[in-house]
Amino acid sequence: MNEQLTHMSKQVTAGKLTRREFMGKAAALGVSAAMASTMFADAARAAGPVKGGTMKIGMLGGESTNTLDPAVAATQVPGMVLRLYGEQIVDVTAEGEIDYRLAESVEGSADAKTWNFKVRPGVEFQNGKTVTAQDFLRTVERHANEDSKSGALGVLKGIKSMKAEGDVFTVEMENPTADLPYLMADWHLVVQPDGGFDNPNAGIGTGPYIIEVDEPGVRHTFKKNPNYWDDSLGHVDEVEVLVINDATARMAALQSGQVHMVNSVDPKVASLLERAPNLEIKSVSGRAHYVFPMHTNTAPFDNNDLRLALKYAVNREEMVEKILRGFGSVGNDIPVNESYPLFDNTIEQRKYDPEKAAEHYKKSGHDGSPIVLYVSDAAFAGAVDAAQLFQQSAAAAGINLQIERTPSDGYWSEVWNNKPFCASYWSGRPVQDQMYTTAYLSSADWNDTRFNDPEFDKLLFEARGELNVEKRVELYSKMARIIRDKGGLIAPMFNDFVDGVSTQVQGYKNDPNGFLMYSWAPIKCWLDA
Amino acid sequence: MIKNIPVSALIGLMFTGAYFFVAIAAPLIAPYGMAEIVGDVWEPPSPEHLLGTDNIGRDLLTRMIYGGRTTIFIAAAATLLSFLTGTSLGLLAAVLGGWADQALSRAVDLVMSIPTLILALVILAIVPVTVPILILVMGLLDATRPYRLSRSVAVDINVMDYVEAAKLRGEGRGWVIFREILPNALSPLVAEFGLRFIFMVLFISTLSFLGLGVQPPLADWGGIVKENKDGIVYGIGAALYPAVAIATLAISVNLVADWVLNRTTSLKGGRG
Amino acid sequence: MHPILKLVSQRLALGILLLLGASALIFGLTEALPGDAAQAVLGQSATAESLANLREEMGLNRPALTRYFEWLGGIFQGDLGQSLTNKLDISESIGKRLGNTLFLACVAAVVSVPLAIFLGLLAVRFRNRWPDKLISAVTLTTVSVPEFLIGYILIYFISVKLGWFSSLAIINSSMSLGQKLYAVALPAFVLTLVVLAQMMRMTRAAILNLMQSAYIETAELKGLSTFQVIARHAFPNAISPIVNVVMLNLAYLVVGVVVVEVVFVYPGMGQYLVDAVTKRDVPVVLACGVVFAAVYIGLNMVADIVSILANPRLRHPK
Repeated sequence: MNEQLTHMSKQVTAGKLTRREFMGKAAALGVSAAMASTMFADAARAAGPVKGGTMKIGMLGGESTNTLDPAVAATQVPGMVLRLYGEQIVDVTAEGEIDYRLAESVEGSADAKTWNFKVRPGVEFQNGKTVTAQDFLRTVERHANEDSKSGALGVLKGIKSMKAEGDVFTVEMENPTADLPYLMADWHLVVQPDGGFDNPNAGIGTGPYIIEVDEPGVRHTFKKNPNYWDDSLGHVDEVEVLVINDATARMAALQSGQVHMVNSVDPKVASLLERAPNLEIKSVSGRAHYVFPMHTNTAPFDNNDLRLALKYAVNREEMVEKILRGFGSVGNDIPVNESYPLFDNTIEQRKYDPEKAAEHYKKSGHDGSPIVLYVSDAAFAGAVDAAQLFQQSAAAAGINLQIERTPSDGYWSEVWNNKPFCASYWSGRPVQDQMYTTAYLSSADWNDTRFNDPEFDKLLFEARGELNVEKRVELYSKMARIIRDKGGLIAPMFNDFVDGVSTQVQGYKNDPNGFLMYSWAPIKCWLDA
Repeated sequence: MIKNIPVSALIGLMFTGAYFFVAIAAPLIAPYGMAEIVGDVWEPPSPEHLLGTDNIGRDLLTRMIYGGRTTIFIAAAATLLSFLTGTSLGLLAAVLGGWADQALSRAVDLVMSIPTLILALVILAIVPVTVPILILVMGLLDATRPYRLSRSVAVDINVMDYVEAAKLRGEGRGWVIFREILPNALSPLVAEFGLRFIFMVLFISTLSFLGLGVQPPLADWGGIVKENKDGIVYGIGAALYPAVAIATLAISVNLVADWVLNRTTSLKGGRG
Repeated sequence: MHPILKLVSQRLALGILLLLGASALIFGLTEALPGDAAQAVLGQSATAESLANLREEMGLNRPALTRYFEWLGGIFQGDLGQSLTNKLDISESIGKRLGNTLFLACVAAVVSVPLAIFLGLLAVRFRNRWPDKLISAVTLTTVSVPEFLIGYILIYFISVKLGWFSSLAIINSSMSLGQKLYAVALPAFVLTLVVLAQMMRMTRAAILNLMQSAYIETAELKGLSTFQVIARHAFPNAISPIVNVVMLNLAYLVVGVVVVEVVFVYPGMGQYLVDAVTKRDVPVVLACGVVFAAVYIGLNMVADIVSILANPRLRHPK
């Protein structure tokens, strides 16, 4: 029987056996469906990608108000559209390394202040123009411009000067910045002809697919870019992205075979969905986390004992079990975890402790009036439920939490970074420096805990210029402990990215940077013949 | 008296009564605390949890009982408000006539010309969502329907001989409205009341479905459907119980309303 | 002028005034919403600088009244303006969406209106016997179940379990009529169930009301069959209330289907409007609101005119 299976596998690899035939024959040999499925996937991977077909994706996170401008893309569908039609100078791989896209190489000076990006030769935009260092310069200029409305604006602060000479684009920083290539990998920084100054919505990039239909909030369709420079990518002929914001409708579309993959599977239904034949749940743990930020400068949260009381009053295990259904891990009130390079994993895990919570609560001298927690379904999937669990576990410590649910609409402008205590999420950043700079530096725009600790700021700048790895680990460990014990962040859980994928899809590989292989899935995967 | 009630109306009365009783006595009947977490997520029905548990492990029967209380209370209060404002303005417009009638009617046309659900969504995004505000918004937005109905009925009655007679007798407006018009307009209004109540139950459910209902951990039936809806496609029935509750309440109230309507049409026939 | 013409022109003028009023009301409400388009577009990634830049670009710094009258001026030149958020031409986007909405509404109406009237007549014919009671019970049930739940249950059984129809009702211009009809089958079915009950009940009630009139008795005494009496003598006189309720429900099919659009991912007006409200895209909200109001006012006008035409006493006023 073994021989026969091996023979069949070879036939698959040679492209002589379809999945259905293979499964049928394997079943006749008494092989379990799950095992046959794995064997087929292995054999098919060995065969290499099948070319052709139309990949259909059902996605959460698109509105009829979306645009093609990379600068203002904020949700997942625009992110996917960018990935398909455009490319950045550099990107981040699933392993957390720098992925050279439009730059062929990157070199930093010894003091980590000056960085040179060399343009990959002969790459063409979809309008036929060749990519030059000038396009790099203009792109970064548009995003870093003071008048810019780019989501990458905050990341690009601290640039002293930039220039383009020949095929080299040079960035000079004010301070040493060891992680600059990672900053350039921000997904908004898609290179456009002349930086997109004349028309940011043109939808012209260097990506593997060309936009055919652009109906914001409904669907986006793409066809293969025949001049794409990287032959190892882009296997299907056409990609169709359908916007399906309703969770139940999205799962139904996957189950009835109308789409090949969906993003953002609710953990609650993930285990149920897996029972369905022809489907697989792909989950990858990453840097995304769900948080309850408190403003450390606003009463009653300006009292560290009250903050600690609330931190001890969260039942993290219960949240991971009931909100994430195991698709995630407990958080430790710091915004980074072991998915980050240079992370110190010896920091003690904080646990649910109603007695300690009550003790700190008493010490804080809070008058017992209800503490209002603002929450909305927009904060994260299950945020309202998580708040109710929090309310119950805090009640056991004698802390009176009051939940104030607000409409999803307007949550990010009115509540988050505005009310002193609310629910929110972070999708994480490729490196610790970027995460801390984005939200925990005292001068950060998105300092949603109003954290202001001079020692922390000093350590952050020190780590940025430090090139010795061991010393950096130590510096980051100190910073993490400061946030954990003094900060305004309650981070009860790190959530996995959970996708649903049809077994017809081959070549799927986990990528901790985001949903659907950090939007690479339609480009790197292929469809069974 | 009981003899004259048809079976369907009896069933309707019984169910409606039972639901209202459960709503009032909720804290006495419910086996667990409203927000108390007692088990795992979506446990199947068992002797401890007759309907199983909900999406975060609360007893579903308890949630249903408290949810019914919220739903029925809000829907009833909003319907009352809607009827009080709607009918009083409608009757007034009919009796006053002239530009007052025009102004009121056009204002109502204006409100009705914008989809109620959209209007409610926008208003609830402006003001904080609390129970009194929900009742106020739902009641006032819905008052346009009773207004139109009561006005059109009252306009017909207003030209009847007996009303003319009352006016000639020199009766005041209050007398005309409350002693002459209202009693004769009551039957269609009562029948409409039943229907409006149902629309209110569905309205609050829809608002909750869109995430704008009562504040958690409180929930109404629509909210419970929303909390558990993801289970439906996998055969988990938690979302179906509240839906069945909404439907049975709606049907039983309608059965009663039908009976009232039939009774009054036969009355009309009798009067010739 | 003929009295009917006069009446129609009066109604039209009133309708236009109402539309103006509705646009002002909608504008006022959207202005009162917390936040603005700039904040909504940038969302979590907003910074003070980028907000100020985007506001300037969208022209949100100018006073509200100026913006409203500019919009109004555009309308009179037939220009609905540009979306604040994605710079697309609103007339074009709305055109597509409105086409989709009207298509779904038409499919649902073509099925539900004749069916409702037929069931109503049937219920009268067999009054208080089992067909009447059965029709009553079934329609009461369908109207009492929240429409999103009917949608999910249909998706579960018909689309996931049986695979007969698509759970995604995404349609586009490249599809043939047959493909489109197939795609909207489930949402149209749900809408039919939702609007059927009220129309059927009104038909039944209106005709029953007439059945007690003396002239119906005369017709019965002439020896006509019950169904002939209902169809020839009672129905024409019950047209006015029936048309009224039919028009109300048609309006609902156009303006009230947000939830069905969400469940079946249908690219119609409701979803477009909700997105625009969320993003504070005022010109789009105004345009959608005015289109909805126009549909509502227009259908009501038709109902009024039909009732007048159908009623000789109103047609020839004293």
